[in-house]
Amino acid sequence: MTSPLEQKKIKITGPSVVTANRTWDGAVVYRTAQKGWSTELADSAVVSTSDDARALLAEANADDVGAVGPYIAPVELKDGGKVKPGNLREQIRAKGVTIDLQVPA
Amino acid sequence: MPLVKQGRLTTDLFVHVAEGAELPGDGAVLVTAERFLADPEALLRRSGKLGVIWPNNRNVDDLVPYLDRLASIALVFPTFRDGRAYSQARLLRERHGYDGELRATGQILRDQFVFMTRAGFDAFEVKKDADAAAFAETMKRYSVFYQPTGDGRVTALNRRMQLRHSESASQ
Amino acid sequence: MYAYDELDRTLINERVSEFRDQVKRRLSGELTEDEFKILRLQNGVYLQLHAYMFRVAIPYGTLSSKQLRRFAHVARRYDRGYGHFTTRQNIQFNWIKLAELPDALADLAEVGIHAMQTSGNNMRNVTSDQWAGVAPGEIEDPRIWSELIRQHTTLHPEFSFLPRKFKIAITASEHDRAAIKIHDIGLRLHKNADGETGFEVLVGGGLGRTPFIAKTIKPFVHGRDVLSYIEAILRVYNQYGRRDNIYKARIKILVHELGIEKFAKEVDEEWKQMGDSELRLDHAAIEEVRSRFSYPPYEKLPHMPDELKQAAHDPLFERWRKNSVAPHKVQGYSIVTLSLKPVGGPPGDATAEQMDALADLADKYSFGEIRVGHEQNLALPHVAKRDLPALFKALDRLGLATPNVNLVTDIIACPGLDYCSLANARSIPIAQELTRRFANHDTADLIGRLHINISGCINACGHHHVGHIGILGVEKNGEEFYQITIGGRADENAQMGTLIGPAVPYAEVADVIEDIVEAYLALRDRPEELFVDTVKRLGVEPFRERVYATR
Repeated sequence: MTSPLEQKKIKITGPSVVTANRTWDGAVVYRTAQKGWSTELADSAVVSTSDDARALLAEANADDVGAVGPYIAPVELKDGGKVKPGNLREQIRAKGVTIDLQVPA
Repeated sequence: MPLVKQGRLTTDLFVHVAEGAELPGDGAVLVTAERFLADPEALLRRSGKLGVIWPNNRNVDDLVPYLDRLASIALVFPTFRDGRAYSQARLLRERHGYDGELRATGQILRDQFVFMTRAGFDAFEVKKDADAAAFAETMKRYSVFYQPTGDGRVTALNRRMQLRHSESASQ
Repeated sequence: MYAYDELDRTLINERVSEFRDQVKRRLSGELTEDEFKILRLQNGVYLQLHAYMFRVAIPYGTLSSKQLRRFAHVARRYDRGYGHFTTRQNIQFNWIKLAELPDALADLAEVGIHAMQTSGNNMRNVTSDQWAGVAPGEIEDPRIWSELIRQHTTLHPEFSFLPRKFKIAITASEHDRAAIKIHDIGLRLHKNADGETGFEVLVGGGLGRTPFIAKTIKPFVHGRDVLSYIEAILRVYNQYGRRDNIYKARIKILVHELGIEKFAKEVDEEWKQMGDSELRLDHAAIEEVRSRFSYPPYEKLPHMPDELKQAAHDPLFERWRKNSVAPHKVQGYSIVTLSLKPVGGPPGDATAEQMDALADLADKYSFGEIRVGHEQNLALPHVAKRDLPALFKALDRLGLATPNVNLVTDIIACPGLDYCSLANARSIPIAQELTRRFANHDTADLIGRLHINISGCINACGHHHVGHIGILGVEKNGEEFYQITIGGRADENAQMGTLIGPAVPYAEVADVIEDIVEAYLALRDRPEELFVDTVKRLGVEPFRERVYATR
């Protein structure tokens, strides 16, 4: 997965959202259409043009107190409008680690 | 931009003169290294205090012949994560014995005050008013220092050895 | 153990209160993230995929039971009940809330633990041999020097904003367990002809996208001059290290671009100018620090106690003892390595329950002391041999007696894409699958010493370059692929591994590793020839042929 830290010019090729980590606790959050943040991907504002993505990111960046390091992440739109993470990295961020956490004792 | 000097908020008497800009007839000025090195003697003869803004990628050895005649040297922090000027400051103070004003300019936040003071800075062009106002309080933050610099603070190691010495002397 | 005094404690508390203020200013918006980032990094706080990650220092890998219990407390109270031991004698917590971090730091400070400079562009945790002070044949305890350097470089006013991070490792044994050749500065303690203590100083080692083995800059720097010599190196680096490109900012690039001779000349000139500074350590100063290290009151014990003779009939015990128990410098005692690599588990993880229980065992069997090694395992450094059978039973119940130390399943792995915002691919699930493939300890014994190191990206936190087998995760068209190298090593003969062939997809990695191991078993000229020696003797080609013939 190309790290979003290397994301330079903004050009999207499919439906996308803006995601970040919440400042006070680091939780994964998504930018909503109501100019806020939500921990639910389902609440995110989905954009489909590069201009809209740029605008949504600029708005997210302006909220430096609320969330850290916003970037544009790809999503997939399923039938019925359900939003799914668009790559493995985002899947891990949305759903947690892919490993069994407990050390078997 | 607020200036903190010797621990207090003060009015900055120096005017920063940009490269190529006209030099005021009198009054204290801070000039660029290029302007200074082009004709140091002429500038030093001028009435009014003279200071130099010294970039952090230039060897401070070039300043050594003029140290006793400079009223201020301003070392530059282009961003606060660029720490080259800390070495320059210590070299000027501790190796070359410079005792004029040593000024920190650039991105200066309160979180660097202790480091800067320990490296020999005594004047700070602080970015934020709140940070400038918090100078005295911030300087009280630390009372223990592990390494010796030219600031004269006693290191933890020396304090321990003094303590040990006085303990054994009193027995 | 090093005992903190009032001054050390005061400094840590002052640091905590400074950070509390910084966090407060960040949460109120007084500090922007751009400003705060450096400040939080200097306290070991990263932002990872899911949350903030908090890295805590375990200087030179020495921990008390009280400190380990406090880690358990932090894991439970502020995190999700576990911690992750890293390759640099640190522990990481993966789910810390920024707003609670000052409290976590304050709790740790009470037991003399801090997170100062565990990240950021400054001097990182000074690491050392995890067997320091107990290894037979050691010249002297390198931790005295580690502590002197730790203090000197903590909150150093000149070197807290270096071009890039800076890591020092120290060894005092012939066999290098501290991987000094892959550090910015490696120090090898030895004695000169007059019997005086000093160091061979190596500089410019490191992994990442441009790996280098450190080069010797000075064969002998007297102990009394070690601080001034390090200061001279840092001053040259601070001024001339590149700051235009983060990937070229480490000292290894400066050393490489200048050449070691020119770099050494710069350092020497600076060092000469520093002259007889206050940094020179006199005998009293060294002894002051030495006096603060305490050693256990060892008993006079037999070399072969009855308990050990009896337990020799238990094959499980014997297998574990042969694998995990090493000789101690004091007769009747052993060093016991505790594998944090259970079959199917994430390498280096320990739960709060394990930490608490292990702290109890350390009190009972190891004078309250625990060690942390760069292989992401723990050790109990002073176990009486008579106690080994009882300790084994207790460790086994905790899942800490997997007899795989230095074997194929003793895998070093970075957190990878499951946690890390820099990663391109996952590391931990690859490690877990490999431990399942080689779960049979008889097979692992047959294979012998074999280090597999896995990194999820080119930054190489999993030290893949120096694994006997190295696995590096890369991304190809949005999929996880892995490059595999063989023949690397991290010890006194450190070298980088060689790429064996094209990268393979996630699902094939474990098959390829099995093929490599099978090839080795077929190619080695005798059972004692280690994997890495077979690769050295034959080169990569015969392995490449076998692995890729059918692919």
